[in-house]
Amino acid sequence: MDNDSIDQIINKHQGKASSLIQVLMEIQDKNHWLPREVLEKVSEKLEVPFSRVLRIATFYKTFRLIPKGRHEIHICTGSACHVRGAQRVLDTVQDLTGIKPGETDLDLKFSLETVNCLGCCTLGPVMEIDGKTLGKITPAEIADELKKYD
Amino acid sequence: MARINSAAELEELRKDILSKRDPDQPWIAVCAGAGCLCLGNDRVISAFEEEIRKQSLEAKVGLRATGCHGFCEKGPIVVIYPEETCYLEVTPEDVPEIIAQTVIEKKVIDRLVYTDPNSGEKATHLSEIPFYRHQTRFLIGNNPKINPKSIDDYLAIGGYSALAKALFEMSPEQVLAEIKKADLRGRGGGGFPAGLKWETARKAPGEEKYVIVNAHEGEPGAFMDRALFTGNPHSVLEGLIIGAYAIGSHQGFIYTRHDTPQLRENIDIALAQAKEYGLLGENILGSGFNFNVEVHLDIGIFVSGESSALMRSIEGKAPEPRPKYIRTSVSGIWEKPSNLNNVETWANVPQIINKGSAWYGSIGTERSKGTKLISLSGKICNTGVVEVPMGTPLREIVYGIGGGIPNGKKLKAVHFGGPMGGSLPESLIDTPLDFDALAKLGAPMGAGAMLVMDEDTCMVDIARYFLDFLTGESCGKCVPCREGIRQMLKIITKITKGKGKEGDIELLEELAGAAREAALCALGRSAPNPFLSTLKYFRDEYEAHIKEKRCPALSCKELSASEGAKKNG
Amino acid sequence: MGEIIIQIDGREVAAREGMTILEAAQSAGIAIPTLCHHEKLEPYGACRICTVEIENRGRTRLVAACLYSVEKDLVVRTRSEKVDKIRKMILELLLAHAPDARELQGLAKEYGADKDRFEKESSFCILCGLCVRYCAEVKKKNAVGFVDRGTRREISFIPEIASKECWNCKECFPLCPTEALQAAYVFTEALISSSPSFELESEE
Repeated sequence: MDNDSIDQIINKHQGKASSLIQVLMEIQDKNHWLPREVLEKVSEKLEVPFSRVLRIATFYKTFRLIPKGRHEIHICTGSACHVRGAQRVLDTVQDLTGIKPGETDLDLKFSLETVNCLGCCTLGPVMEIDGKTLGKITPAEIADELKKYD
Repeated sequence: MARINSAAELEELRKDILSKRDPDQPWIAVCAGAGCLCLGNDRVISAFEEEIRKQSLEAKVGLRATGCHGFCEKGPIVVIYPEETCYLEVTPEDVPEIIAQTVIEKKVIDRLVYTDPNSGEKATHLSEIPFYRHQTRFLIGNNPKINPKSIDDYLAIGGYSALAKALFEMSPEQVLAEIKKADLRGRGGGGFPAGLKWETARKAPGEEKYVIVNAHEGEPGAFMDRALFTGNPHSVLEGLIIGAYAIGSHQGFIYTRHDTPQLRENIDIALAQAKEYGLLGENILGSGFNFNVEVHLDIGIFVSGESSALMRSIEGKAPEPRPKYIRTSVSGIWEKPSNLNNVETWANVPQIINKGSAWYGSIGTERSKGTKLISLSGKICNTGVVEVPMGTPLREIVYGIGGGIPNGKKLKAVHFGGPMGGSLPESLIDTPLDFDALAKLGAPMGAGAMLVMDEDTCMVDIARYFLDFLTGESCGKCVPCREGIRQMLKIITKITKGKGKEGDIELLEELAGAAREAALCALGRSAPNPFLSTLKYFRDEYEAHIKEKRCPALSCKELSASEGAKKNG
Repeated sequence: MGEIIIQIDGREVAAREGMTILEAAQSAGIAIPTLCHHEKLEPYGACRICTVEIENRGRTRLVAACLYSVEKDLVVRTRSEKVDKIRKMILELLLAHAPDARELQGLAKEYGADKDRFEKESSFCILCGLCVRYCAEVKKKNAVGFVDRGTRREISFIPEIASKECWNCKECFPLCPTEALQAAYVFTEALISSSPSFELESEE
């Protein structure tokens, strides 16, 4: 991510230290992850100690300090999906991709995240790939779904 | 849009909007809530747009993409007004027929209406469907009637009349007194009386005061606040402005999630529209009262919903609960008095001001007034957003509205309040929905996520699930919570794997006790609740896991395998 | 500031308004154990070992002495069955991480805490945050900070800052109730010296 786009985001928030979370979020929206140099830059520009930037960036599970894969898998582990078998869905995805929640595979193909509630509990268990919702998914269907992505 | 400068001008504008609307003109409301969106309603909406264009009906038929209607189970949902004909599980292929038959010919398409799974009886109108019939939808009921992106739609159903009444006919003290008399209790979890909180903030020293909408909704399985706020953002905003007036605040914050772009968009539009009309900003409606609102997005982990943690996040700091023994209504954001209420609490305010505390007090129980939004989910036929009067027996919610348990299974328990709540067994299903009754039984209502469980759900696993959730969703600052959760999870996980041993239950109880008594914030003190309530009502399940290495629900993988082997052998 | 008379363990103690229970007790020579408290730092309230029982307006409850301000007619019990039970549990939980920490061992003896109650998970650090807060509040260097959340929370030196600031300071070392801090620093130091992008001041 180039310096200009970072500056733009920071300027939009008038360089206010209290906008730290928003700034990081907007940078991640654009860049998909937060490289360390970017965090350093934010620390310098907002005049927030680097340790605090790192603290915030690691506190929230949405912030990613490693690159994202080409495809993002979200598995809802909210309570409704849990009682409908989300754990087995998650186990299957982990087995098939070899990554755990919060990780990206070495080919940068998939990133895996768990989410708490997508608000469509009626479809539980729910899995989302690149924003596409797969409702009432069974572990048996997952391998075929993942094959659709490269 | 022109600025409105007085209460009279507001009423003129309202008249003007209504005069341009023909009550007999057909219009179509397509639910665009999160559930229907997942079910592909965007294609249904496009199909309607296309069909209306094809038949050149733009001037004769209205189309609205609305907020959540509640009946997520049967989405995508389409309601055709003025008859209120309700179609369920609509596909894009149904659309031309709906336009031709129902919108133009006024005929009902039988296969799209609700059919009772037991009696086979049909219900054509929204209000006749059992899911809706057993509800009292003061808050969420407006969702199908308005386009959340249109302030005119909100004005057309009487919006902002409560604000005008508060600003021009009541003093801030009178507004406060009305809320106190109504005994409106906070919907976010604690059930603390909103009026008392407002009064504390009002009386707290200092000129600068803040009011905040907590739209964090971090409880897993809770989606009712998003449904209400996305579908009717102005109702929450109106409540917030009235609250600010009563408290003497000129700056508000809306704290919400970044992962719901639809919600963010609707909030932003609502704020911009309210500002243009002069309902927000300087000299609101010409009353001399100034009030501004800033939106603060959060990426949300569960602890950020705790009031002092949330305020730290607004300051741009890590959302750790503040350790001090002082209320946020006295010292909150930047140590200024800060009054925080959740979405549903604020949305209750306009109707209390409009209809009065006596009306509000007539709904509900002795100490729990009004209606309550519930996210009904889990092993239930009708998942969805439900609104019922306080005091409604849980049985009515599960069977009358929820349609009971699917696949012929038996109800085992209901869980309220997520990771800070508790489970109630089937035998207590006649308990009324009431803050105090539920808390007394060890299952505090929380924000209103109601998880239904059947005989296949293992209660030990449910306790494990919520503890596991908290390992990554608590802040990890204080020892009794962080280390208590860590050890409790370890022990319960072992139990679910058949490695439990004598004394585990007692050790868990001891850990729970320490967290309850000594943790820093409410989250930590309530973290043991799911364990304590499942132990209280389902101790036999814990014992079966530990002593007999058996999972009675056949849900725990490691244990059900051996059980299956026994069965086969 | 007005003077307030409170009762601690049956003794009348004169305290200044705004004082915490801990400060009032210390001024009267009454000991309350602490792990995350430091007089130069803002009260933190994380370890909860200073939990005491208070009675006020007819209500009895447990509060953290390092945070709770004295108030009129306050009755404090620094030891009770409940208090001791909580302290014992806190110590046992922490001993699972740092079984050899001398400060914990001393307290464990007093409260009868069993260091083997919980399975060992030797992270050594008990996350009292003394180093983090001292570096931020007193030294204003922010060379060490917390990362992550929940049960995954850790302390971490920032190599870029540590390489410039820590070598000549190390004032946080004696504050650490365990040996974890020094270990974390040594680790960071190794990182710095093995990485070409950082240079230790001492090597210049």
